[in-house]
Amino acid sequence: MAKSDLDRGSRAFTRKLKRYSIFSIARHAGNYHQEWQQAWSHAEPKTAYDAVIIGGGGHGLATAYYLANIYGMTNIALIEKGWLGGGNTGRNTTIIRSNYMWDESAAIYEHALKLWEGLSQDLNFNVMFSQRGVLTISHSEHELREMSRRVHAIRLNGIDSDMLSPAAIKKLVPMINIEPNIRYPVLGGFLQKRAGTARHDAVAWGYARAADELGVDIIQNCEVVGLRRNKDKIIGIETTKGNIKTPKVGCVVAGHSSVLADMANIKLPIASRPLQAIVSEPIKPILDTVIMSNAVHMYISQSDKGEMVLGAGVDKYNSYAQTGSWPIPEHMVAAAVDLFPFLSQLRMLRQWGGIVDICPDASPIISKTDIRGLYFNCGWGTGGFKATPGSGHIFADLIANDRPNSIALPYSLKRFETGFLIDEHGAAGVAH
Amino acid sequence: MLKIKCPYCGYRNESEFSCGGEAHIARPAVSNKITDSAFCEYLFMRENPKGVFLERWCHTSGCRRWFNIARDTVSHEIYEIYLMGNTPKTVKGKKAYQANWRRTSKAEAASKTPKRTKK
Repeated sequence: MAKSDLDRGSRAFTRKLKRYSIFSIARHAGNYHQEWQQAWSHAEPKTAYDAVIIGGGGHGLATAYYLANIYGMTNIALIEKGWLGGGNTGRNTTIIRSNYMWDESAAIYEHALKLWEGLSQDLNFNVMFSQRGVLTISHSEHELREMSRRVHAIRLNGIDSDMLSPAAIKKLVPMINIEPNIRYPVLGGFLQKRAGTARHDAVAWGYARAADELGVDIIQNCEVVGLRRNKDKIIGIETTKGNIKTPKVGCVVAGHSSVLADMANIKLPIASRPLQAIVSEPIKPILDTVIMSNAVHMYISQSDKGEMVLGAGVDKYNSYAQTGSWPIPEHMVAAAVDLFPFLSQLRMLRQWGGIVDICPDASPIISKTDIRGLYFNCGWGTGGFKATPGSGHIFADLIANDRPNSIALPYSLKRFETGFLIDEHGAAGVAH
Repeated sequence: MLKIKCPYCGYRNESEFSCGGEAHIARPAVSNKITDSAFCEYLFMRENPKGVFLERWCHTSGCRRWFNIARDTVSHEIYEIYLMGNTPKTVKGKKAYQANWRRTSKAEAASKTPKRTKK
């Protein structure tokens, strides 16, 4: 695995007055928290920028932040058609882990996990990253054997991963039933202790605030309607707030990647599908680990508010409607009740769907294109949230240097021609 | 839940069907003669429109037969259901069929068997 260069940057928050700290909370308590500064400003587009990032989700905001912080590109803009973090950043189950089997995936997700570990300090914003552990359980001999093979591959890449016996699982998650005579007996599992969850909105807000502090123009409610080209070179973009000249455009728009690619007349191997999740009414703390099961096909965790957060596989047909089809939540709840029967007594509070961009090999595309100055960061599919800082860090490097670094190199769009796919369909924890 | 009219069985719930993705992708007949990039267009590159999409469906839990649907990916409205081997007849379906970049791709051109010429 390539040694990752963890340059986190150190330009943000040099002005101490704007820093969040226990002292600033105490100071603002004096005037009933009425005078907090605005976290980020609402910019209107200028006529030209050194680079423009399209997409104000976690990945896009992280890209803008690292471009400004590490590469000193502060004359840049981030364009978002809705509001910050209103897409998949606000529509996931907030799980973060790096236990992927292939070397290429291990490199990128572990890079992200290392950035997560210092993210709240880097951004001076509490992203509530909680390394509560992610436990994947297995229900059959075969699954257990495959799991053990996976765990050994993951450990060889220096990523923490431990096989657990049913007794050890019971100790970790007291509410789990490990009787051998139930429909889905728990035969074992594997745990990544450094994995966990984070507050998804805080990630978007933290990056936005830090990028804004460095001078990045964050432009919301501004939809890109066209890309301007001069032969094979990008020269600007057309938006609902006017035209912007720029030599570099980074597209980080997840489910809408194909729509932008159409504007540039390039092809992507992506299918846009809804991925749904549900939360229950809040209950007292019962689960302090994330639990995934491939055979039963669901993942579950408990939020800090006490809601049980459930997720499952993607919808079976392409859609841009952020709702999802009804058989999926039904299946999701049925699977959850199979595993934890007490859940049948809970009422479900909210259901939502995000449009995820699925690649044929379930791995992302972080790539230059045939058009000079046009970069794509997409195809994260069902597992993009966990990679947010790593994705932004690497994509910023690609845009600033105009060449992929060792982590980004395998994720080129060219891999679909050469056949060097990074097949991670098995890594999702559940089959998507 | 979509109500899909299987051309063989009539109206059934969406859960009886499975979706096979983009329709009308022709396999290059002379694959050894086209470039990797042209073959990649056939194998991996996909039309993924926000709007009318022509896709294949299979009535998996019923007659197990395949057919095509012209469907809007935003409203999920089904405009047309037509048999395998046919092309869409509605205005929206026809437009989506013609507008697809695949119609002019090298892979699709290579899918047609070359006409025999007199020696």
